Amino acid sequence: MFKKIFDKKHRGRTFSYLMVLVAYVVIEIMLSTKSMSSLMKNLLVPCCCYIVTALALNLCVGLSGELSLGHAGFMSIGAYTGICFSGFFESSITNPIVRLILAMMIAAAVTALFGFLIGIPVLKLSGDYLAIVTLAFCQIIASLINNCYLGFDSNGIQFSFITNNVNIEATGKMLLSGPIGASGTTRISTFTVGVVLIVITLIVIYNLMYSKNGRAIMACRDNSIAALSVGVSVTKTKMLAFVISAAIAGAAGALYGLNFSTLAPAKFNFNQSILILVYVVLGGLGNINGTIIAASLLYILPEKLRGLQDYRMIIYSLVLIAIMLISNNQKFKVFVEKNTKLFKNKFTKKEAK
Amino acid sequence: MVFLSYLITGLGLGSVYAIIALGYSMVYGIAKMLNFAHGDIIMVGSYVAFFVLYRFGLSVPVGIILSVLVCTVLGVLVERLAYKPLRQASSLSVLITAIGVSYFLQNGAQLLWSSSQKMFKSVVGDGGISLFGGKLTLSYITLVTILTCILIMIALTLFINHTSTGRAMRACSEDKGAAQLMGINVNTTISITFAIGSALAAIAAVLLCSTYPSITPTLGSMPGIKAFTAAVFGGIGSIPGAFIGGLLLGVIESLAKAYISTQLSDAVVFAVLIVVLLIKPTGLLGKKVSVKV
Repeated sequence: MFKKIFDKKHRGRTFSYLMVLVAYVVIEIMLSTKSMSSLMKNLLVPCCCYIVTALALNLCVGLSGELSLGHAGFMSIGAYTGICFSGFFESSITNPIVRLILAMMIAAAVTALFGFLIGIPVLKLSGDYLAIVTLAFCQIIASLINNCYLGFDSNGIQFSFITNNVNIEATGKMLLSGPIGASGTTRISTFTVGVVLIVITLIVIYNLMYSKNGRAIMACRDNSIAALSVGVSVTKTKMLAFVISAAIAGAAGALYGLNFSTLAPAKFNFNQSILILVYVVLGGLGNINGTIIAASLLYILPEKLRGLQDYRMIIYSLVLIAIMLISNNQKFKVFVEKNTKLFKNKFTKKEAK
Repeated sequence: MVFLSYLITGLGLGSVYAIIALGYSMVYGIAKMLNFAHGDIIMVGSYVAFFVLYRFGLSVPVGIILSVLVCTVLGVLVERLAYKPLRQASSLSVLITAIGVSYFLQNGAQLLWSSSQKMFKSVVGDGGISLFGGKLTLSYITLVTILTCILIMIALTLFINHTSTGRAMRACSEDKGAAQLMGINVNTTISITFAIGSALAAIAAVLLCSTYPSITPTLGSMPGIKAFTAAVFGGIGSIPGAFIGGLLLGVIESLAKAYISTQLSDAVVFAVLIVVLLIKPTGLLGKKVSVKV
């Protein structure tokens, strides 16, 4: 049994789960001994959300090979679905954890539906054109939500578009108010649920990767014509990856939305998509562990640099450029290869003894 | 008549998009990269013009020339330092580097010139020409913008089609390896492309700020994305495509603002882009690339 956990194929997977578990235990210990600053505490749930969204995007960009710049849009659909659901059922489902989980499930379902609808036109394109169309959808979603007004009271649900015609009684609640977005949301997201979501995402992605569908997805990425010739439906396979990726991003969005009392739709703009893409590329395309590490480090880094005030984003951008230049440097690549070989040789020799 | 005035406003806005889109499209055609930092070059251009014109009080031509010079140098510098080492790297690495450069320029500008907005005054003065007994007013800046755009377009087409450098650029965009074998210095050609693109960005910056006067460190990002959309709209890599794409985008945006909704104009623009790409997947004037199996 242990052989199956630690053999070459499953080593990465085992490492992922162990890493998340260890990180969770360490952070929980830090939380219970109160050795964590309140600033860091506030970063925990968003960090989980970004890790999950980055994993979802990695499924889309790394495994399926479709450069999507629209995942912030999926996150925002998920976030506002979650907020509306939670706001609407606040009195009927009193247990916050149950409400949060239900909100995330509904958000995932709604986002999957949108992912499917958007995927129909988007997946007909490829390369940079696909990137620009996903970006366009992201902007459209942001500007539509920016104009939605939704509220409910004893008279029922009221909705208006572009102009605010929603009049809510004092007992009712305004869920969406145009450019301000959601306000007065009850914060029900917890770090534990965030970690559970990461684990579920890992289970989904790893199971997909090692399944027939996962192999089909990677085959379509590597050579769609060859995949087609052995009977893989390219459109269906790409759609599968896109929809799953959207649904996961939606669930993460719901967790994110329910972590803040106010959330403006402008938050999920094109820059947010780029931010998530940066995590994925720096973590390594198709590399799950790399994505988790890159997302958590790069999310914490700008916050840790807060002491440097105005210089922090400059340092962040320079780090970004430097990593790209160094990791693509031919001499550096040769250097790394040599050393990893040396290390591996030593390692295997020890085992032989 | 009202329709005509919206149309002309749209053409003015579209001309600015077209000038920016030309830079995007040329760089994409030759270096095969999405230069996300292009929008921020516009921002730098407008700050330089602002300081030269309204802090140091120099004349308008000096301001424009200095702005063009600074942007050209900046564009070439960015290309040499950040993009050149990544010539063989995957396109995603280059994309992330471009995003890094974009963040760097935005935050550098914020640090140098603070994030508070500065007000630019139109370089050609306010006012305009009244036509049809005052029913239709054409502001000077709109006219100047449209004229500049047409001039740039003609000059660029002549340059690309009738000079040896232009021929080198076309050769590089077709096949870099073959161009190199024919004795073309590919790196120099790419640098020239960046220089031209950045110079155009500076001109666009002055025109843009004359129409929309507030200058902030993030000023370039939205026109940047719109121009990128325009470039894709017309067929990325194609120069007449960028021109037509830019103009159409400006007109659609202006008409959508007037007849549909101000808040939804961006959504309409992007929706039109999606529809165009679905009907013609390589843009309006894009070349059809057949894939060999």
